[in-house]
Amino acid sequence: MKKVLSVLMISLLSACASQTTQPAADVEDRTIGANGEAGNGSSIASGESNFHPLQDPNSILSQRSVYYDFDSYTVRNEYREMVTAHAQYLRDNANSKVLLQGNTDGRGSREYNLALGQRRADGVKNMMTLSGARDSQIEAVSLGEEKPRAVGHDESSWRQNRRTDIIYRGE
Amino acid sequence: MPTLSIQSHRFFCHVWILVFWFFSAPLHAELDIEIFGGGTARIPIAIVPFADENKFQHSITKVVSDDLERSGLFSLVDSNGLTPYAPVEVVYSDWIDRGASALVIGRTIIMPNGMIEIQFRLMDVARKEQLTGLVATVPITQLRSAAHRIADIIYETLTGDVGVFSTQIAYVMKQGDKYALQIADADGFNAQSIIEYTEPIISPAWSPDGSQLAYVSFENQKPVIYVQTLATHQRIAVANFKGSNSAPAWSPDGQRLAVVLTAQGNSQIFLINVDGTGMRRLSKSSGIDTEPSFSPDGRSIIFTSDRGGSPQIYRMLVTETENSMAERLTFEGNYNVSPDFSKDGRSFTFINRNNGRFNVAVQEFGSRQMQILTNSQFDESPSFAPNGKMILYATEIKGRGILSAVSRDGQTRQQLSIQAGNIREPAWGPLPTAN
Repeated sequence: MKKVLSVLMISLLSACASQTTQPAADVEDRTIGANGEAGNGSSIASGESNFHPLQDPNSILSQRSVYYDFDSYTVRNEYREMVTAHAQYLRDNANSKVLLQGNTDGRGSREYNLALGQRRADGVKNMMTLSGARDSQIEAVSLGEEKPRAVGHDESSWRQNRRTDIIYRGE
Repeated sequence: MPTLSIQSHRFFCHVWILVFWFFSAPLHAELDIEIFGGGTARIPIAIVPFADENKFQHSITKVVSDDLERSGLFSLVDSNGLTPYAPVEVVYSDWIDRGASALVIGRTIIMPNGMIEIQFRLMDVARKEQLTGLVATVPITQLRSAAHRIADIIYETLTGDVGVFSTQIAYVMKQGDKYALQIADADGFNAQSIIEYTEPIISPAWSPDGSQLAYVSFENQKPVIYVQTLATHQRIAVANFKGSNSAPAWSPDGQRLAVVLTAQGNSQIFLINVDGTGMRRLSKSSGIDTEPSFSPDGRSIIFTSDRGGSPQIYRMLVTETENSMAERLTFEGNYNVSPDFSKDGRSFTFINRNNGRFNVAVQEFGSRQMQILTNSQFDESPSFAPNGKMILYATEIKGRGILSAVSRDGQTRQQLSIQAGNIREPAWGPLPTAN
């Protein structure tokens, strides 16, 4: 219940943020995390926006996380448009660089999870380079299960931790 | 009286000022007890509290009792107020009535120089005679380790197998945002930190002679493999290549490590000398190959791979060139990870996922039968005791990481008493090396 409340609070905060001119990046980021896989349908091209495309909360580029099934590194269909959009941004902005951090939930082997997180990050990198980003713009690393975003011992926490984060350098 | 003979014993280190056997018993003395193979029958043993041991902070009796009980091969018989300290004081019929096959008696004496003299005897109740015994003089700080050695002697005399109570374990403790690589006695006492960082540490691995630890530290924002000498605290980065460096495993001769690198793409197994030279790739697959563990003869490696679509345990030969051939060993379930070769080379322990539970399992190479040993929820990192009779692993209780030991037959489990914090990544160290 607490979690639901805090999700609501953060959602409200970010909704406010998008109407004022204070798009605090980390609030934005947490919203995505808290919603888990629910980040669909927000790819509205905001033509009138004053935001930098990476910071526009209405842009698909504001979505920065890919979520996975247990022991899977397949990028699910619902994230392909988002990953492709980042790839195209990288293609069009040759000076931009991203760090991809692969994560897993905390169950099972730490070493296997380290390797699995790497495959997750590598998979996103692969998809990005296929869509026009340059290899030199992307570094893919794994945090395995060592840096969980959610620390609970239930599926709702694990789901948030099975994740690749897209982090723009210098942002 | 039997002849007095002075013998050297593998476990006697310099703290033993005087050690002699009262009785020249064969190492594996026959005891009139049931066969305890298969884990059903245990040796009923009574341990009378040592005379005057209540003067000390650590009770020898408790350390010995806990050690023997944890092994799963003994059942403790309550001495129930009987207090013989010397053979002449033993009324054997009392112990037969209580069902004890073996009896431990002894005393502690404070010497004028402050040292403690420990006298210990192991008695065969049915034969009414002493099986073995010793006198040792130790400083008070060594009482616990003396008790562990007594437990080793009892274990070896009654089972014919090597005792492992004087060994050490390594593990990682997380407390707040701090990670500490620690070593402790096999029962979890006498913990001391080897290194501490605010970034994760995983996968400690003992060198075969117990003098060094290999481990993975994220202190430089990515996984790097270090080898640290325990006596000097000196360490070197053995593998710090582009990408991830992890999962170190020692070759039995202590000369090189099997490691997992992403330097050439996916996580693959490489071999590297302990000084960081001579790196070469060993495994070759299009998937994840990780968690290598050497066979005792050093000629093959078991490891985790997802080359078949799900993580399973495989075995490959240690060849001179890259090797894409491997034999799949596990087939039950779609998640089998973290293999550790037994020291006799006949079996391996690993983690099996079944119905959302992650449990410690063992499998014989011969029969290929998997046996699940635990019924907890989130077990990790199993490692065999040097004698193969117990398995140390990490598990969770109410969200907190703890260490636990399970007997090879799954009959006995015991938590290790390690203070606060989250404990994970245990590795059981080797037997103390002979002097």
